[in-house]
Amino acid sequence: MSVLVYTESDQGNFKKAALEAASYGKAVAEAIDTNLVALTFNASEASELGTYGVEKVLNTNSVNGFNAKIYADAIKQAAEKEGATVVILSASADSRYIAPLLAVGLKAGYASNVVEAPLSLSPFVVKRTAFTNKAFCNTEISTAVKIVGVSNNSFGLVENSTTAQLEDFSPNLITSATTVTSIDKASDKVTIADAEVVVSAGRGLKGPENWGMIEELADVLGAATACSKPVSDLGWRPHSEHVGQTGKPVATNLYIAIGISGAIQHLAGINSSKIKVVINTDPEAPFFKAADYGIVGDAFEVVPKLIEKLKVFKAQNS
Amino acid sequence: MKLLVCISHVPDTTSKINFTEGDTKFDTNGVQYVINPNDEFGLTRAMWFKEKQNATVDVISVGGAETEPTLRKALAIGADAAIRVNAEAIDGHTVATYLAAAAKEGNYDLIIAGRESIDYNGGMVPGMLAAMLDANFVTNCISLEIDGTNATAVREIDGGKETISTVLPLVIGGQKGLVEESDLRIPNMRGIMMARKKPLTVVEPTNEASETHSVSFEKPAPRGAVKLVEADNIDELINLLHNEAKVI
Repeated sequence: MSVLVYTESDQGNFKKAALEAASYGKAVAEAIDTNLVALTFNASEASELGTYGVEKVLNTNSVNGFNAKIYADAIKQAAEKEGATVVILSASADSRYIAPLLAVGLKAGYASNVVEAPLSLSPFVVKRTAFTNKAFCNTEISTAVKIVGVSNNSFGLVENSTTAQLEDFSPNLITSATTVTSIDKASDKVTIADAEVVVSAGRGLKGPENWGMIEELADVLGAATACSKPVSDLGWRPHSEHVGQTGKPVATNLYIAIGISGAIQHLAGINSSKIKVVINTDPEAPFFKAADYGIVGDAFEVVPKLIEKLKVFKAQNS
Repeated sequence: MKLLVCISHVPDTTSKINFTEGDTKFDTNGVQYVINPNDEFGLTRAMWFKEKQNATVDVISVGGAETEPTLRKALAIGADAAIRVNAEAIDGHTVATYLAAAAKEGNYDLIIAGRESIDYNGGMVPGMLAAMLDANFVTNCISLEIDGTNATAVREIDGGKETISTVLPLVIGGQKGLVEESDLRIPNMRGIMMARKKPLTVVEPTNEASETHSVSFEKPAPRGAVKLVEADNIDELINLLHNEAKVI
């Protein structure tokens, strides 16, 4: 018996979401009194996982490039080899792609968007977000093997230092008729999925030419940029920045909304963020009811001042 | 090309979410239902394949008779025929199992579902369906072209996108980008009249196959009132974010 966590890496480095999944896996392994095993593909520093309580790492170097079907089958083989009763994945785009394929392969029940350690082990009940963050759903997984998808920035990183035993793992690689022909990824930008801070702006900015200050504010904070639905529908910003019910969910530590009124669909999408700041000229904007901190004011006056003051603050506190 | 679009019948995006029976059931009282937005982008892309590439488009949903107006709307938008699997959608695995049985029956080349529904947000039905059918699979799909039996799809990844080459049969988890918001179609009177005459077949489910179920629901704790900071007192905002919220 064991708990298996799939720890995703990007160019050899573990993603924060993977370390969070490992932290979650450790909590489950301790609760059911078993070991935590991690599976990695092409990780350069697999031993780093020991910091988060991983006792054994299966490292695979024989896989080239991401393919959900091949990865899911390799994870299945690792789960069977280790007798895993619980398999943990993160909420990254790739892990969400893999998880349902793995669930069918392992005949395992799968709960996604899980935000806390299991509420009970027998029956196995987890708390997950539903209705696009407007509610939580306590979900029982009733199969022998269970798959948990851990939401980003929910359980947090928990150090549990141990020495991870490394083992080379060579799964049988199945074939797939799906191949990636090109990848278009900005390597220098913080992604919404990984960001601790997100700076988001709406129609209150009046036009795409005014996004310079949003990008500068994001830059000062090491933040990702995002936008409201109307802004992406108007083509001012790419769809990939649209956050909300039909866009991306945001579960960040700090979400700064500038010139966004706060439609119910937008608020649902960002509800899992811990601290929300709103800057809007209209004191009646619904966002003020959902925010922790607010400034009633003109973004074109407030944001440049905020950038200037934050630069001073960062200089003093770094 | 035979195309199947999976339709989830979900509360409108503006719905207030409440629960009944000791927080164990979703309260449908006063809730308007719509085609799941991620599915509607797929349905609209399917109309393009119908018009430009001569595809036939069936739509399918798992649910009781209350889901039929949602299927009729899909027919009014232009789908050729509808299938309703007469069963409760207990979990993603159940839905995928029922859909897989119907899909095998219909021998579809391309199946488009939304990447996730906006009610339970499981994000698992298209992937499970693909695995059960042993079909190729692309999720978070923001662009799809079909040429004969070859398909080119673009998938949104964390921080970018990737282009994927694959072949039919194929299952797609779609989202905005497959078509734009402005491409979505509002059924016209002619479409609505024609939809009444199109076939809507009710099929009974295969054996129930749930692996998970919802035990109870909770609403997020109400938050305290917003703390307002004067627009000329940015230092105070920075102080609050640093010392009180500890997020910068």
